[in-house]
Amino acid sequence: MLDTAPDGVRPILRMTGVSKRFPGVKALEDVHFEVGPAEIHALLGENGAGKSTLLKVLSGAYSADAGSIELFGQPVVFPTPHDAQRAGVVTIYQEFTLAPDLTIAENVFIGREPGSRLFVSWRRLADETRAIAQRIGLKRDPMTPVRDLSVAEQQLVEIARALSMRSRVIVMDEPTSALSEAEVANLAQIIRTLKAEGLSIIFVTHRLEEVFRLCDRYTVLRDGHYVGSGRVADTNVDAIIRMMVGRDVGALYGARPIPEHGAVALEVEGLTRRRTARDPHAIELIDVSLRAHKGEILGLAGLVGAGRTETARAIFGADAFDEGVIRVDGESVSFESPRDAMAHGIGLVPEDRKKQALFLGLAVRTNITIAGQDRISRGWFIDERREEALVDEFRQQLSIRMVSPDQPAGLLSGGNQQKVVLARWLALRPKILIVDEPTRGIDVSSKVEVHNLLIDMAKSGMAVIVISSELPEILSISDRIVTMREGRVTGEIARIDATQEILMAMMTAQEGAAPTRAAI
Amino acid sequence: MTGAKTAEVREPKTFDLFDYLARFAPTIFLIALMAIFAAAEPRFLSSINLFNVMRQVSITGLLALSMTFVILTAGIDLSVGSLLAFAGLVAAAVAKGGLANRFTVGEGGVGYGWGLAALSAIVVGLLCGYLQGLAVTRLKVPPFVVTLGGMSAFRGAALVFSGGGPISGFEPSFTWWGQGKIGPVPVPVIIFLAFAVVAHITLRYTRYGRQVYAVGGNPEAARLSGLNVNRILASVYAISGFFCGLASFVLAARLNSAEAVAGTGYELTVIASVVIGGTSLFGGAGTILGTVVGTILIGVLLNGLILMDVSSYIQQIIIGIIIVLAVAFDTFAKSRRRKV
Repeated sequence: MLDTAPDGVRPILRMTGVSKRFPGVKALEDVHFEVGPAEIHALLGENGAGKSTLLKVLSGAYSADAGSIELFGQPVVFPTPHDAQRAGVVTIYQEFTLAPDLTIAENVFIGREPGSRLFVSWRRLADETRAIAQRIGLKRDPMTPVRDLSVAEQQLVEIARALSMRSRVIVMDEPTSALSEAEVANLAQIIRTLKAEGLSIIFVTHRLEEVFRLCDRYTVLRDGHYVGSGRVADTNVDAIIRMMVGRDVGALYGARPIPEHGAVALEVEGLTRRRTARDPHAIELIDVSLRAHKGEILGLAGLVGAGRTETARAIFGADAFDEGVIRVDGESVSFESPRDAMAHGIGLVPEDRKKQALFLGLAVRTNITIAGQDRISRGWFIDERREEALVDEFRQQLSIRMVSPDQPAGLLSGGNQQKVVLARWLALRPKILIVDEPTRGIDVSSKVEVHNLLIDMAKSGMAVIVISSELPEILSISDRIVTMREGRVTGEIARIDATQEILMAMMTAQEGAAPTRAAI
Repeated sequence: MTGAKTAEVREPKTFDLFDYLARFAPTIFLIALMAIFAAAEPRFLSSINLFNVMRQVSITGLLALSMTFVILTAGIDLSVGSLLAFAGLVAAAVAKGGLANRFTVGEGGVGYGWGLAALSAIVVGLLCGYLQGLAVTRLKVPPFVVTLGGMSAFRGAALVFSGGGPISGFEPSFTWWGQGKIGPVPVPVIIFLAFAVVAHITLRYTRYGRQVYAVGGNPEAARLSGLNVNRILASVYAISGFFCGLASFVLAARLNSAEAVAGTGYELTVIASVVIGGTSLFGGAGTILGTVVGTILIGVLLNGLILMDVSSYIQQIIIGIIIVLAVAFDTFAKSRRRKV
């Protein structure tokens, strides 16, 4: 069942028969995993397939119930992450482990600062950090506090730390999920450089196109089981998706007729937000204007930091702005808080599901109904029967998979969590819904479901604004696309006229230099 | 679109023995503790002693009810003991018909009656609490600091107001609220349990209750869901003040006296009751039922230790250790849940 070393090369890492159980769940069962030398290996699977658990076993964060690990042909045991690191296996998690107030150099060498037993040699610290930073193109003074770095740069610091430990295998858990396309391209280049230096990289991602652009081999897990592995060159997207979900999903991004557009639901004119002394790193908005029609999906594309999220938050009353007019159904409005915006029929599904949208410890039912208590209350009291009916309705409509509505939302998978957040807003029947990164970090089949849901919402007459860093997503579901760069709108294009290349050009262009600026 | 079969495997099961035990840990602990004391000291289980325990915990119990609201929002109120003293003195002064009468032994006639006394204590508590709530939400000072300031300021206010001496000797209609009984049940116990029911219903069945959990669970998500986070945060400190006023009246009635040093150290007992009852100091999780159990547990512990002649100094050590253990248990249970 295992196509062991098809290229005739001995693997440098081999995990055999790994099983791990948690109370009530079998997370891994008899999983095999092999990585060759100087190889970029994609570990694939839907959320809950067991990727993270497998990587935690590999990194020493979990101990497996059964199975063995061999590194360079030698059996190894990693009781703690420290042991794994010493053996040359370093894991970079999705949530960074950097200390924001320490410098780059301190973070890279944290706990292993060069110098004597008592004192740190700051010069050696800086020099060694600079040497590593150069290898991966991190062009920052080693004495810069990590707080001042962008997300992409912080990731480079994590990589620098891994390199400083002389690691042989670097595990990257969804390194690209928070990066813009340009940053992803940069990271890909760095990963190729590391490969050329002889390192092996284990790469987890939900963006399949990255697998084909970057990786040499892949392994697919499903429901805690090993499904298969092979050379990326020998397969295609459909085959991999089939392995991941265990059946045909159909065309991931099918064509969709452009709907008839209704009246303008939302109009933003000259939205401007300047930096203040208190927040010098804030992303500025300069003269942002856009319109969203009833019944359409407006895609908002741009690199990370382009001001898309900031525009959404300003419209929703979550952040203040300095100048500009917002009109809802032609009527000029001004919002002090999200509450005001909601009263005018605007909703926002924020970018960071766990930090900004969900109450992870509270029941799913509360998570769905918290914003729309009017619909389930009599006076001050919650009518539990009405609440149950409402929750049931959305549970079925969005096929939210849960054990019971009393289950804490934190126990659901990413895709189901996102559906819970969408249900919260659907229950309010908004006229305008802004969805920031609708499918970040959720599995392929949930992704399709969420997309279909957004399309249905638009069909029902809602104005839907979708912000996404994944161009295929923007291209597949938007009717019209507005691009932003550094706080300005740089162009607008109908979906039928757009390709990834055109959008990329618009997202990186200066204002006015956009290739198309179609007026609708 | 997706087959339900694969999904079922993926979702974690709800039943988990540890989780189950963790939820009832305070109750199990309480029963075990009572069994131990009953075995060691037969007097412990006498109905007189048990009612005595309940009466003793009713004051801190009232404060623990409102402290549950505060801690659910991931806040803390350290000022309860001081505010209790201040509000109690106000109630006493009103009952005596003014500070000038504070030395007359209560034969009645001159005061404004227990009703107005109770009301004024509650209003003073409510205002002081709300003021702290405003400091938390408007001035953005962490609750720990605001109420630490309140702890000092209200104690000072109590000392200034009373001139340092007690105000004592009230009419029987006043002291009935602390010393009276309905049937065999002491009045303070009835007040405590009645307000426990109100607090339980509020948290469990009202829109406001849900909002308290939501704000404590994730304030940013609560704001982006359209909740008025500042108003809810300020309100829990006002509720805390309200209960300080109420409890101060009951305490003054029970002791037939109010003084500026009343309630010293209560904040610790109260917070301990809430935390032992399973309310998370990180906010968003906890119940009134747990708080009631936690309150009784502390009461039983202290009572049992007294019956067994353990010095009150050692009792303080024990309470301190129990708080730390309770929070450690909470953190452990949470990290375990997260891993699943």
